[in-house]
Amino acid sequence: MNLAVCFKRVPDTTAKIRIASGGKAIDPQGVEFAISPYDAIALEVALRLKEKSGAGEVVGVSMDPEGNDVAIRKALAIGVDRAVLVKGGATFDSHATAQVLAAVLKPRSFDVIFFGKQAIDDDAFQVPTMVAQLLGLPRVNVCTSVEIEGGRAKCRRQIEGGEESVELALPCVISVQKGVNGIHDNRFPTMKGIMAAKSKPVETVAAPAFEPTLELVSLELPPERPPGRIVGQGAAAVPELVRLLKEEAKVL
Amino acid sequence: MNILVFVEIRDGRIKRSSLEALSEARRTAGKLGGRVAAALVGEGVRAHAEALGQHGAAQVYVTESPRLKYYAPEAYARAVVEAHKKWGAGAIFMAATSMGRDLAGGVGALLGTSAAADCTGVLVDGGRILARRPVYAGKAYATVAFRKAPAILSLRPNVFPIEEPGGAAAVEELAPAFEESDFRSAVRELTASVQGKVELTEASVIVSGGRGLKGPEHFVLRDELAAALGAAVGASRAVVDNGWRPHSEQVGQTGKTVSPNLYVALGISGAIQHLAGMRTSKVIVAVNKDPDAPIFKAATYGIVGDVFEVVPALTAQLKKVLGG
Repeated sequence: MNLAVCFKRVPDTTAKIRIASGGKAIDPQGVEFAISPYDAIALEVALRLKEKSGAGEVVGVSMDPEGNDVAIRKALAIGVDRAVLVKGGATFDSHATAQVLAAVLKPRSFDVIFFGKQAIDDDAFQVPTMVAQLLGLPRVNVCTSVEIEGGRAKCRRQIEGGEESVELALPCVISVQKGVNGIHDNRFPTMKGIMAAKSKPVETVAAPAFEPTLELVSLELPPERPPGRIVGQGAAAVPELVRLLKEEAKVL
Repeated sequence: MNILVFVEIRDGRIKRSSLEALSEARRTAGKLGGRVAAALVGEGVRAHAEALGQHGAAQVYVTESPRLKYYAPEAYARAVVEAHKKWGAGAIFMAATSMGRDLAGGVGALLGTSAAADCTGVLVDGGRILARRPVYAGKAYATVAFRKAPAILSLRPNVFPIEEPGGAAAVEELAPAFEESDFRSAVRELTASVQGKVELTEASVIVSGGRGLKGPEHFVLRDELAAALGAAVGASRAVVDNGWRPHSEQVGQTGKTVSPNLYVALGISGAIQHLAGMRTSKVIVAVNKDPDAPIFKAATYGIVGDVFEVVPALTAQLKKVLGG
């Protein structure tokens, strides 16, 4: 089975976000970057599917405006066979990003192209859908289970208060939710894996041309919450809390 | 500028968040000298057209087929694009539900442009629409402009007020020329989870539990408080990662982002990822034994104390006050 996994290097979930001067980007000073957590889960899904099928390869594809390869190295260290680093591209523009990725993916042949359901920087949920559309492939997003069998992908997708079942013919595009197939994170790289990663092939390509569709006007920190107060200590404070919720906040 | 709103029907009812999107579209179109149309897609959805007129739609486009009973991403996107062309819409709005987020990308893909996802603000500036939306799970907000028409926006549920100005909509049936490939990703079956359970992202009250509850067996305290409040239940990442609660309950970055009227955090310290996912809640109540826990910085009201003592007392008091 030939599988592609598209992943993105993003600020880690623990990162404190500050805005750079100019107000259009974050200040990267002191920010730890990591593979976006849902993409890391997609990597693990693909690695397990390949192991189960016993044949084929997992190719990592990552677009990075700065051409930083830290995420690619990590993916190789946990078992991805080879990788394509796409240098350049757009930021915070889903359709532009999809154009770049689709152009890179098109000449290569994959049974499934995996993504995380969203990158946790711009939280846009669209690139997998748009890549599928540009490549003329079926797709399903936010999957909680993925099973590949007889040239088809059987998936379940999470919605409000339920799940939808979708069955796609391969090749297809799948984006995954945390917990898909019981997976909450990628495996740890082993020392052997880290050493092996050094000799795995990485192809670096310049991002193909794309048409920008969104303009980032400004980036700001959220407004501070008005200061709250400690109502009291222990169960004795409960009646006062309930009174405040009812009479002051009027939420009961 | 005219605006088209995709209206989602679930279990035979109009989604509340779709009425929020319709109301915001009407306010926005008003500023831009335009009118609002709604698109209904599905099986047996025409009956909802009248209610949409009541909520401010001047026109309702209906695309019905038994094949559209469940969500068929490509076909739904085609139906919305068809309605968009009919209406000459400069913008397309929808609620940022599971379907809406998916469809916004699908409609964008067909029209060759990006959607602004999960918007919490819609601004009008010099005749154009700007979208304000959380990024980095709400640790920052981006304001974006659209370089291509139409502007496509999915709007976060529970943010925009519903209006019911009254009125009647003209209804037109559309029959786009669907191709077989429009059903290549179609949903085959829909399985509802526990009936009557309030969905986190749409709930107006949420009670969440964290590591302070000390074990999965104690989440009954959270659930009893939630029942007294008619609330949905959430959990912190720590307890989800420990396997105490399912991921569907996780609030925060890598979980759900919520903005209810009332958010109650029990035994949750308030890690940056959790705060990012719930800090837009209107009122936040925190119960934690550690007076220095970061959650108290975000909380409107805090009680410093043992959850095992405070929560049963709170549940009892609420039952008394609310007559439950």
